[in-house]
Amino acid sequence: MAKLDLLGVTKSFGDNMVCRGIDLSVDEGEMVCLIGASGSGKSTLLRCINLLEPIDDGRILLDGVDISEPGLNPQPIRARIGIVFQSFNLFPHMTAAENVMLAPRRVLGKSRDILDGPIKALFERFDLGQRMNHYPDQLSGGQQQRVAIIRALAMEPEIMLFDEITSALDPELVGEVLDVLRQLRTEGMTMILATHEMAFARELADKVCFLDAGRILEEGPPETLFSDPRETRTRAFLSRVL
Amino acid sequence: MTDQTTLRGGTAPSLTRRQAYEQRLRRRSIAIAAGSTLAVVLAVVLLVPRAPGWDAVKRSFFNGEVFAKTFPGLLDAFMMNVAIFLWCAPIIAVLGLVIALCRDVRSPAFYPLRLFGAIYTDVFRGLPVILVIYLIGFGIPGLGLPRPWNSPYIWGSLALVLVYAAYVAEVIRSGIDSIHHSQRAAAASLGLSDGETMRYVVLPQAIRNVAPANMNLFIALQKDVALLSFIGPVEVFRQAGVYKSLMANFTPYVGAAVIFLALTIPATRYADYLMNKQRRRQS
Repeated sequence: MAKLDLLGVTKSFGDNMVCRGIDLSVDEGEMVCLIGASGSGKSTLLRCINLLEPIDDGRILLDGVDISEPGLNPQPIRARIGIVFQSFNLFPHMTAAENVMLAPRRVLGKSRDILDGPIKALFERFDLGQRMNHYPDQLSGGQQQRVAIIRALAMEPEIMLFDEITSALDPELVGEVLDVLRQLRTEGMTMILATHEMAFARELADKVCFLDAGRILEEGPPETLFSDPRETRTRAFLSRVL
Repeated sequence: MTDQTTLRGGTAPSLTRRQAYEQRLRRRSIAIAAGSTLAVVLAVVLLVPRAPGWDAVKRSFFNGEVFAKTFPGLLDAFMMNVAIFLWCAPIIAVLGLVIALCRDVRSPAFYPLRLFGAIYTDVFRGLPVILVIYLIGFGIPGLGLPRPWNSPYIWGSLALVLVYAAYVAEVIRSGIDSIHHSQRAAAASLGLSDGETMRYVVLPQAIRNVAPANMNLFIALQKDVALLSFIGPVEVFRQAGVYKSLMANFTPYVGAAVIFLALTIPATRYADYLMNKQRRRQS
């Protein structure tokens, strides 16, 4: 059984149909990259998986259980699926450490004392030990995004979603964030990325999906999809971005 | 030494061309401002005393003897203003927050709260303060309540609390609306409930953002405490009226004005300073 299964997921905003029946299967420990032009539905799909947006039709199965059932309380599901946004969205009135501790304390009910050790270890693992007590506006974009990743990881999620997390960064800061993803990859985290970093997708993804107008037009291992795309639209997109 | 000063070729603190130009401009505008201010002050000092009624006005409004005699009594009476302010302000802050939160609840079960919040702010922002003070201050004791429950201090304060809570609620609500929805999304994505998101993520930021605006409201409250004098309490404005009648002189009102200004000018300046600081931080 796959870790996550999307079956015919559709989502509209008013008259604008953003996801037009998406099927996708992600296995435990797999890294899936979603590529495609802006507006092709990558971000919306990630927000739907995290239940930030309710889907109109289709089903989302987590460990075989339908989590897209209308009326289901989304909170416990969201606590199991981490998401990192393009614009970091750190809480500006809290230090980096407080940002990270908020949800484990309030949602998982862990005490500050219990969290101190593991959170410090998380910060040190991603080379931010010296920045724990800084406020977001005292951190660089790359550091903020790494704190946002740590914040999601602190909930010990089963799946991590990354929504174009390097798109808002200066080019010289992209590397440090991608390094974090590499690290998570080797640790066997199940990940879905919406990304424009084609070289990165090619290097690390198990599976790459090309989204076009709300559908997965083509999917496959990166070697095949990047070197020998089947569809003309995939070929056209890749020739524009590579 | 920095590269820049060596470039400019010297150890003396020389100015760049731009700095020298701006310094000239600055000196020029200071000189002009000083000149025009002096001209206006001179005109006032020379012309006003030439008005036909000046001597009478001076006697009845700026009488040093009356001022000296009544000022200590006015200060004593002002303590009553301070006391009324001090017990109203915290109640207003709490009630304002509660009303603001009422207007933000999403659950349909709490729709009555939402409706109540909307009606409440509409009604109390729509009435003149003095009218609310009259209606509550005379109306409720009119029910024939026993002492001390017929005290105008209680019902006058309640009127102020009701009116100002409505304004504070609107200010806090605008602060809540100013927090970008991506902050709520980030909190929700971590599994926080709506209530936790409000408590830990939205409100702390919102209240900080509107602190200067709220401070202006509390300065206005300090002044409006004087309105309670119309239903009984002897605070500084009422006390000034008593002195005026006793001495047939308006100087006590000027004394009361001086007392208010001594408090409100520093407070408004401080609120402006906070607001400017915030504007700088946000830009």
